[in-house]
This record gives sequence, structure tokens and C-alpha cells, in this order.
Amino acid sequence: MNDAKIEMIEIDLLLETIFQRYGYDFRSYARASIERRIRQFLAGSRCSSISEMIPKILHDEEFFSNLVQYFSISVTEIFRDPLVYRAVREKVLPLLKTWPHVKIWHAGCATGEEVYSLAIVLKEEEVYDRATIYATDFNDESLDRAREGVYALGKLKDATKNYQQTGGKASFSEYYHAHYDAAAMDGSLKERITFANHNLAVDAAFGEMHLIFCRNVLIYFNRELQNRVLELFTDSLVHGGFLCLGTKEDLQFSEVSNLYELVDAKAKIYKKKST
Amino acid sequence: MRVSEPRRRPGGTYQAVVIGGSAGGVEALQVILLALPHDFMLPVLVVEHLHHSDDGSFALHLASLTQLPVIEPCDKTRIEGGRVYTAPANYHMLVERDGTIGLSVEERVNWSRPSIDVLFESAALAWGEALVAVLLSGANADGTKGLGTVKKAGGLTIAQDPAEAKSRVMPQAAINAGVVSEVLRAEQIGRLLAALSG
Repeated sequence: MNDAKIEMIEIDLLLETIFQRYGYDFRSYARASIERRIRQFLAGSRCSSISEMIPKILHDEEFFSNLVQYFSISVTEIFRDPLVYRAVREKVLPLLKTWPHVKIWHAGCATGEEVYSLAIVLKEEEVYDRATIYATDFNDESLDRAREGVYALGKLKDATKNYQQTGGKASFSEYYHAHYDAAAMDGSLKERITFANHNLAVDAAFGEMHLIFCRNVLIYFNRELQNRVLELFTDSLVHGGFLCLGTKEDLQFSEVSNLYELVDAKAKIYKKKST
Repeated sequence: MRVSEPRRRPGGTYQAVVIGGSAGGVEALQVILLALPHDFMLPVLVVEHLHHSDDGSFALHLASLTQLPVIEPCDKTRIEGGRVYTAPANYHMLVERDGTIGLSVEERVNWSRPSIDVLFESAALAWGEALVAVLLSGANADGTKGLGTVKKAGGLTIAQDPAEAKSRVMPQAAINAGVVSEVLRAEQIGRLLAALSG
């Protein structure tokens, strides 16, 4: 048996250990990326092999919690992919406006940059005041940072340019308060956002959503878990509700593809059919 | 260096080609892709460091240069022979052992997303000794670590001749690290690859 095969066994055992000990299920994650993370974590740890990490995971909660942080480092930015927010403005919100109350689920919101981006667009299109936004993630540390909504000022340079490309009507600087090298998102953007812990790999559906926003989260899952989560989304959406995925995620080969019609091919926005 | 005769690695044929390039890499990539025949049988996966706002125009540009279909893949795209896959701007591109492409928006590696190391390392695990990895012109050291993994897994590692490369840093870093099996000019690399599925 070669080293690569042995490593595969070690990784299987490690993921199984995490699941049985803590209930976090990474066994259905896209394998190449999670393996890379484990190898990287190993390099910075005092362990000499992946299997040596297993007893630590079992008996040392802090060790495990550091590892989990490592698993969920998703990098995002305010108004990442401006074309998506432009499509939301032009093709989704005019229809959402026809509902008296709008429920939005931002699944896998990470550190919150894109939740605030969405909130800004909702405000400008006059949907915000009757919207409720549920922003969820399985990582409590990320959720805390999302709730704070404080970002490095340097990161906002691109955001300003991206904001303009979304068809923004104001000056982006109206939405944050700069303090030294940090920028705090304006409090009015948070009024209708509820942050909550939800794990897509194990938790149940959220009811009666009009828009589910889940960008660059499914790419970390394997095909099987992707299909499970897409079913969860389908159960959570009202008829005629919208699903917005990452620009390189596609419903085309999934089990739910015939339940949706395509609204915008580049922005990967889909609409759940009425029957 | 003999590059004209078809190559057979001991015990079998090569199954895939991965190519990484940065500054000046596109010029070399053009020469290489032009040399591949329309019936080239291996998949070719390419990471070129792009501006993060590239919206697929790089893939379109490549498509105009080669007889092979060029695809900017979505997550879980199945890898097929005779096609060129280019990593989308702002995503890492990885190879899964089940023969599909995985994308990720994890943090930059070597200040780069897509990163050549990330592609090469995952491809080495998927294809082992049946992989050919090519590192082209560039101004940073992305790719050296990945080539090392490919070499360790028994694959064939090639660097563009730094004397020819517009920016020699990247291939030179790999050569200095001792992870390169062959140092060739772009035109020689093209001929070598074309002969692989001849």
C-alpha cells in the first residue's frame, strides 16, 4: 500500500472521529479541498501524521475547535461579483416587491460581507423595510464577526468600485463609518437581519422563503450532499421563490434541476416553478 | 533532448496534463496549445494567474487558438479527454479522484487565486505517475511546491526554459528546488505533449 492510500485511510478515520465525537459531518465535503486543509493544518501542528491528530481531536476540544476554524475559512468580499447584485436588483426585487412581506435566507453567510451587500440593495430598491433576512452559518466565530459587521478599511476600496457596478444609486460611503483602519457597517442595515447558527449538512429546512441566497457554499460539498441541500432549499422556498447560487455553481446536473427555471445564467439565479 | 518520439511512461500511458503560468505564461501557453492535434486524447487543465475580474474572456481567447474545446468549468464538471479546462478567475481549481473538477474560494495561495500549487497537488493525488505537469513563465514561485508533489508521486515534471521565459522567476524557482525532470522551450513542450497521445 502506498503513502497516498494510507493517507486516505487516515483522513477517513479523522473525519469519522469528528462526526462521532462532535456531530460535525465533514465526510460529505468535497474531498480534495478538505484534504488540503487537513494537510495544511498538520504542517502547522506538532503532530507528525494525520492519524496522530485523531487522539487530540477526541480528547482536546480546543485542538478540535482550531481545526474546525481551519475547515471553514471562506474568503468573501462586499459586493463580490457585482453582476449578481445587478441581476438581483433588476430581475428579482421587482417581483419580490409584489409580496407584502419578504423572507430571505442567506445560507452560509460566513463573516457577513455579502449579507450587508444584499441589505444595501434591498434598501435602495425599497424592499428592505418589509423584509426579514435570516443569515446563517455553522461557524459561531464567523457569525460573531458577521454580527459585528466591522471590516478592514483596505477591503472597502474594491467594494466601492463593485458597488457602482451593481447599479448603486448613492455613495457607498453612506453605508459605513470609518474609524482608524476599520469600517463599521451602518446600524440601519442590521435592523432586519437575524443571525443564527444553522448547519446545512445536518439541520432541517427553514420555512416559506422568497429568496435563498447561497453563494460558494455548495462547492465545498460532494455531489450527494449538494443534492440533499438543494432539496432542503426547494422545501424551504415558496412557489415562485428565487434561488441564487455562486457564479460557478450550477443546477443543471442536480436532481432538482427540473423544478426550477433559469432567471439569469451568469448570476446563477433560478426561480422555483409553480407546480 | 529527444522530444520527437512518443513517450510511454514505464507501465502505462499518461492520463492528464496540467499547466501553470503567470506573467508571460500566456505567450508560451499559446505555442503549446497550437501544437496539440484535434484528436489529442488527454485532458489539459490550465491555471493562469488572471486579473480577478476576468469574466471568461481568457477562456474565449484560448478557444480561438486551439483546435480543442476550451471550457471554463463549473464546480463538479466531469473531466474529459481532448478538452482544455481553464480555472475561472478568483477560484482555485482542484481535481477530485472521481474525475471531476472542484472549485474553491479559500484564501489565496502564493498571493494567487487560482493557485498553480493547488491544482498541481490535487492532480498529483488523482493521477499519480500518469500525470504530466508543466510550469511556464511567471514572476513568483507558485507551482514549485506543486511540481514537487507531482514528482514525488512519479509524474513527469517540465519547466519552460528560463532563458526563453518572459519572466524567469517561476520556472527557475522550480529548477532550483530540484523538482523538474525536463527543461524545454515552449515549442518543444508542445511537441512532447502532442506525442503523448500519438
